[in-house]
Amino acid sequence: MSVAATDTRLGQERLHQHRRRRLLRTALLGVSLAYLAVLLLAPLAGILWVAFRHGFGDIAQTFSQPDVRHAFLLTAIIAVVTLAVTTFFGVIVAWVLARQRFRGKSLLNALVDLPLAVSPVTVGLIAVLLFGRGGWFEPWFSAQGIQVIFALPSMIMVTTFICIPFVIREVAPVLEELGTSEEDAARTLGASSIHSFRRVTLPNIRWGLFYGIALTTARAIGEIGAVLIVSGSVQGQTETATLYIFRALEERQTESAYVVALTLAAVSVVLLGTIEFFKRRSSRRDGS
Amino acid sequence: MSGTGSIRVEGLYKRFGDFLAVNDVTFTAEEGSITALLGPSGSGKSTVLRMIAGLEEPTAGRIFMEGAEHTYKSVQERRVGFVFQHYALFRHMTVQDNITFGLSVRKESKEFQKERLSELLELVQLGPFRDRYPDQLSGGQRQRVALARALAPRPRVLLLDEPFGALDARVRQELRRWLDELHRELGVTSLLVTHDQEEAMELANTVVVMHEGGVEQVGTPAEIYDHPSTAFVAGFVGAANVLAGHVVGGSIQFGDDRVAGAGHLEEGVAAQAFVRPHDVKLAGWEPREGSVVAVVDRVSRLGWLSQLTLRLPDGQQLLAQVPKDETEGVVEGVKVVVDLRNAKAFPAEAAARSAEAVV
Repeated sequence: MSVAATDTRLGQERLHQHRRRRLLRTALLGVSLAYLAVLLLAPLAGILWVAFRHGFGDIAQTFSQPDVRHAFLLTAIIAVVTLAVTTFFGVIVAWVLARQRFRGKSLLNALVDLPLAVSPVTVGLIAVLLFGRGGWFEPWFSAQGIQVIFALPSMIMVTTFICIPFVIREVAPVLEELGTSEEDAARTLGASSIHSFRRVTLPNIRWGLFYGIALTTARAIGEIGAVLIVSGSVQGQTETATLYIFRALEERQTESAYVVALTLAAVSVVLLGTIEFFKRRSSRRDGS
Repeated sequence: MSGTGSIRVEGLYKRFGDFLAVNDVTFTAEEGSITALLGPSGSGKSTVLRMIAGLEEPTAGRIFMEGAEHTYKSVQERRVGFVFQHYALFRHMTVQDNITFGLSVRKESKEFQKERLSELLELVQLGPFRDRYPDQLSGGQRQRVALARALAPRPRVLLLDEPFGALDARVRQELRRWLDELHRELGVTSLLVTHDQEEAMELANTVVVMHEGGVEQVGTPAEIYDHPSTAFVAGFVGAANVLAGHVVGGSIQFGDDRVAGAGHLEEGVAAQAFVRPHDVKLAGWEPREGSVVAVVDRVSRLGWLSQLTLRLPDGQQLLAQVPKDETEGVVEGVKVVVDLRNAKAFPAEAAARSAEAVV
């Protein structure tokens, strides 16, 4: 009898434990969902609501403004140039970091993260210091008739600087994990280094590279701090989409500001979503 | 596939920082033969193979293929087929794209590629798998794709780096036999790196035993097994008992017993005798001149063999493998009389340097 009683007590104990564990799991899930809902979904919903409050009229009205169109054009130009530069050099730096051993490698590794550690405003200020009136490089550029500060060159320059880490940080670990054996195999089969990179390495790092590109794009079109400092924010001339939002808010054109903000957010979300979609589809097919 | 060539390396060295990975390696792989580089991991054998392929640059030494020096030629110029231990298949390409890679790199015509592909698919028996990706294949299938890929551009020599190392025992056996047949058919000069002495013995015409970056012995499998030239080879190739003693009158004495075979050693030095388990013979029950009396500690059956764990009078252990029908009356605890045959004697300090004998 006492044995049976012990059994029941043990059973109840186990049941209690099981319930407690389930409760904890539910609580943690609830916290995560609430956290993400408050910080991610609520603002997004807010933007959506304000932008569409008066139907599509606000959107059409906003995009009919020449300033808005010019701002988007400028943002696009900056993003494309930034993307080209950071992708090309990013892959090279990632390759060097993953494959080569040299003195000062850890220094280079730390340096890559510098743009993430420094405030964009500081980056802008440094650019002004170097290229602005009385700056070190200003005389040379003005002798060539090139205006850097308060013009497109400096805006591209600071955005590129800020976007340096993304491609490198996405691609280097993939390269490292990949190892050199497939590249070695390609070489023994007669492939030149370029050929082996194009047909063996590149397809293997493509998802890392695409992620890096997507993050770079998102960062480039969203950058404001550094661009604000170096551009001078001249309406219709050096005003990017983010700078437009800034001015529109100050001038109480709330709807226009939200429409532009929503467009920028949509571009980033669509970009990341597309990559995720293709990645899933391809991993179903070839398992890579 | 004729026209494949010999390989010769002379005085090859490779230094990684302070570490001498390859130390004065010289050997020849004859045209059309299989040569095995046999050694424990870290003995430098893979590095030698990679230097021959051009994937590593030798610190010193020369490499010849078909008699012509290749030491400074690029990987692409050497036209070697290389099979990697972990396959190194192109994971984003199908089986057929993997196999034709070397042909498309060399800009062969599409018709030729197709023809060669079907030849090779048949050779490695993977026709139905041509559209699969590497991760949809078993280990054995992947290794066959790797082999077909290496053979596709008709290499002058085939270099295999632990080709069966990542496979389980059964598949290993199967692939080994298959590779042997393939080699008979194609006759391509092959250099095989392995740590598995059975693999080397079964496949190779010539075995190069390596240890700590250097060559211990070069010979046919029979020579390596029957006449090991160093204590390391005696211990590494095949199982062996190691009996410690010292040299007395051309024999090695341990306790009150002796085993012959130390005629080449100096009187009185410490020495070790290597005796293979199948060279320990039961010799009746009466002690004779030259025989050894030992106590049976354990009897176990290995198929048609009985393995006896014996204890010698001086306390050393001795494994014996004898046909099971010779073991009548041999049970744990009894004393038996054994003859120790074909003992190989080496000075103790040389033997101590070698890895522990595998029993």
